Amino acid sequence: MTADTTDMTADQKALFEYLLRLGDNAVVLSHRLGEWCGHAPVLEEDIALINIALDLLGQARSIMTYAGEVEGQGHDEDALVYRRDEIDYRNLLLVEQPNEDDFAVCIARQFLFDAWHYELQKALLASSDEQLRAIAAKSIKEVSYHLRHSSEWMIRLGDGTEESHRRIQDALDALWRFTGELFESDAVDAAIAAAGIGPDPQNLYPAWSETVDRVLAEATLSRPEDGWMQSGGRAGRHSEHLGYILAEMQYLQRANPDARW
Amino acid sequence: MSEKDWPLWEVFIRAKSGLAHKHAGSLHAADAQMALENARDVYTRRGEGVSLWVVPSAAITASDPEDKEAFFEPTGDKIYRHPTFYEIPEDVKNM
Repeated sequence: MTADTTDMTADQKALFEYLLRLGDNAVVLSHRLGEWCGHAPVLEEDIALINIALDLLGQARSIMTYAGEVEGQGHDEDALVYRRDEIDYRNLLLVEQPNEDDFAVCIARQFLFDAWHYELQKALLASSDEQLRAIAAKSIKEVSYHLRHSSEWMIRLGDGTEESHRRIQDALDALWRFTGELFESDAVDAAIAAAGIGPDPQNLYPAWSETVDRVLAEATLSRPEDGWMQSGGRAGRHSEHLGYILAEMQYLQRANPDARW
Repeated sequence: MSEKDWPLWEVFIRAKSGLAHKHAGSLHAADAQMALENARDVYTRRGEGVSLWVVPSAAITASDPEDKEAFFEPTGDKIYRHPTFYEIPEDVKNM
């Protein structure tokens, strides 16, 4: 399915695109977290990660349902999630990065995202869009907990054993190149910011950066240098990893359209 | 780090304001903060509570099953300790 956006006004198109970005981040990261189900290092953490995955999936459902309404083509949440191709996915590259069977990678990815996601949801509490405001009011409580969870693990791993310190620092270094995309701005962001619907992404940077510095300092970790930043996820240019996620996630609906339990 | 290295904690949940915390189960955690968050994640996923306590299992002194007779059986025939011999005024509800 490719979104046919011809009947939408420019404002609606921007909003639809913006909602897909928000929703796709939640869907893809939820899927990545879901891969830990039954595989996390300890039972308690297994449940904690799945709780977070389910929070994100719940957020995605609200956002995608709303996106379908804005689009006005009769697509519900399932149609948008299960029948859009890779190139139509608008998530950040950060959230599609694989777990590598390494809990440190999972935590570093989650922390970098949560610190940003929290600031984003906080900004959306003041959105001029009533639906997004309502979704943010529910999400902010969940996201506060996510950030707390991943921050504490950053500190435990960073300030833990020699091995845990090395692995979380390696994970942080490897994922850092995907953080530039969090604060990029394009025409959609400009339209959304101008309409008071969402923040200018750049405005989220100071608070994100402060959170990162505070947690890394306590975790005795070094902040990686800002080098070359990889981007493109928000424009549909994904790493090779997203295709595998979608193949697994969309298989059933692709093979048996409209299948129900 | 393996779960075996982490101490055991007992989890108590208060279902709603005014009620006492009740024992819900146990879990492993490295410290009190992690125990509290693990308790939140493992034991309150379905709206079970509004407040949590976690207590190191090692801090609990339990009665010895061998003391059962001396501890608990003597109360068996002391039914007068139950407040069932009083007439309760009609205005008093929830007794």
